[in-house]
Amino acid sequence: MATVDSAASPITATDAPPATVTTFLVATGVMAAALAVAPHVGIYPVFLMKALCFALFACAFNLLLGFGGLLSFGHAMFLGTAGYVSAHAAKVWGAPPELAILAGTAASAALGLVAGALAIRRQGIYFAMITLALAQMIYFFCLQTPFTHGEDGIQAVPRGRLFGVLDLSNTLVMYYVVLAIFLAAFLLIFRVIHSPFGNVLKAIRENEPRAISLGYDAERYKLLAFVLSATLAGLAGATKAIVFQLASLTDVHWTMSGEVVLMTLLGGMGTIFGPVVGAFAIIGLESYLAGFGQWVTVITGAIFVVCVLAFRRGIVGELSAWWASRRS
Amino acid sequence: MTEIFGVPTQALFGQLLIGLINGAFYAMLSLGLAVIFGLLNIINFTHGAQYMMGAFCSYFLLQYAGVGYWWALIIAPIVVGATGVVIERTMLARLYKLDHLYGLLLTFGLALIIQGLFTNFYGSSGLPYRIPEELNGGINLGFMFLPKYRAWVIIASIAICATTWYVIERTKLGSYLRAATENRALVQAFGINVPRMITLTYGFGVGLAAFAGVMAAPIYQVNPQMGANMIIVVFAVVVIGGMGSILGAIVTGFGLGVVEGLTKVFYPEASNTVIFVIMVIVLLIKPAGLFGKER
Repeated sequence: MATVDSAASPITATDAPPATVTTFLVATGVMAAALAVAPHVGIYPVFLMKALCFALFACAFNLLLGFGGLLSFGHAMFLGTAGYVSAHAAKVWGAPPELAILAGTAASAALGLVAGALAIRRQGIYFAMITLALAQMIYFFCLQTPFTHGEDGIQAVPRGRLFGVLDLSNTLVMYYVVLAIFLAAFLLIFRVIHSPFGNVLKAIRENEPRAISLGYDAERYKLLAFVLSATLAGLAGATKAIVFQLASLTDVHWTMSGEVVLMTLLGGMGTIFGPVVGAFAIIGLESYLAGFGQWVTVITGAIFVVCVLAFRRGIVGELSAWWASRRS
Repeated sequence: MTEIFGVPTQALFGQLLIGLINGAFYAMLSLGLAVIFGLLNIINFTHGAQYMMGAFCSYFLLQYAGVGYWWALIIAPIVVGATGVVIERTMLARLYKLDHLYGLLLTFGLALIIQGLFTNFYGSSGLPYRIPEELNGGINLGFMFLPKYRAWVIIASIAICATTWYVIERTKLGSYLRAATENRALVQAFGINVPRMITLTYGFGVGLAAFAGVMAAPIYQVNPQMGANMIIVVFAVVVIGGMGSILGAIVTGFGLGVVEGLTKVFYPEASNTVIFVIMVIVLLIKPAGLFGKER
């Protein structure tokens, strides 16, 4: 097996050349501006909000996979749990939206701490299987516990007024709040990746024994990355529950965990903008194919296969590699 | 009526039997996963879909060709195993030099494709498959009623597991296989065609899943989703047992089936989650799995 292992490259060794901070800020500015005008040029705001929630979810997931090298196949548990908690807080406890989102996010962070502590005890393929199994456990819990209302989910969650001022029942106001949440989290992720913490994380991904021999407590870094990723995935789930006024079993199901993997893979693992592009592409495809029933599953599977066989860098990864080769 | 711990013995033995049946499927599926993982270093996410294909194959054989259960037990594993060989040759073979996680992602995509196609054509409600004539009815053991088909499933799966164990651990072919698991390049240098062995191993593992599918067809309904829910539990079983040993996979499979059955008697609310809870406990105490080796 030694021969195979030495030949195997880390899953995201196809990293795009590091973008400088200025390029990143310019690109982010362009993205923010485009998203800000998007609802005014005829793009349906509800679609945009859905895509943004998933983009945030995929970015959170990519923080763990793309920069930590840890493939979680159970990220739906954070999206779903946060959704249920924030929906419950807003509807049953009558919490204002900011507190409801905060509660959902905190719940996912706590869950991330527990799940992460368990999952990082094994590596690679086992890590993926453990996260999948833990997520399935949470799924059954959500199916059975009374406060989630089983198959019905928590419906008619009030959007409320943000900080008592902004009326979120206005779709455009809601949209800009979602956009603000997304951009804040996106900048945070960029900051994390380029911090000393992020660099240690990448070192562990590339060669864990070496990082340990340099004195880094690899487990601690991995756990922190896991919790951070779970927290941001929770933020996405909590926001999504408020936007759609619904928390349901779909968000904790394993297919959702697979979907976020797909978004990241299609957009480009280990790239900053990849998950955003991937999320918009997949959500767009799904709403376009909504009438085709199970064919969506088949097409989703086909995209997986094509990406793995021929397109491992993803859209953004391929584009930046093409750009880099053109410049040199 | 006699009772044990306040539970009627009838119910207790009934659930124990269901547990053993589920355990038989866990054992066969995790065995296939372990064999494939040993040589290919890939976790075969398609395993659940291939188990479902086995069940559908036996349904098609009966429905369209009038071929009964016993022939299906032989034909379905060969047919589904052949599709596995095609998958290995055309797709998986390109991934061996990459991170193992790509194999997981590819097989996950394949599972979605297969499951989606079957759901498209056959809906998500189950199709019935009759128990073969010879195994209708049951035996009264005095303390419980044992349906013949269920007894057959347990005996047949133990036989299959034991044969697989024997072939891998005690025959020459098996020793090549184990040697290739340890050091592929060296075995190849001795003139053994390792790539072909890998292909056949994958085909065999897939065939094993299909075999389990045929056996499951009369018990559970033939349903496109039947593999998806199974595979996640089987993953947990594999984490608990550790993939290092064939015997470990078999013992863990049966053992967890029984534990699940008993949970249904004593605390039904937890019967869905008990295997995952056990996984958590095992991870805390012995992270490598009950039969696994730390590497």
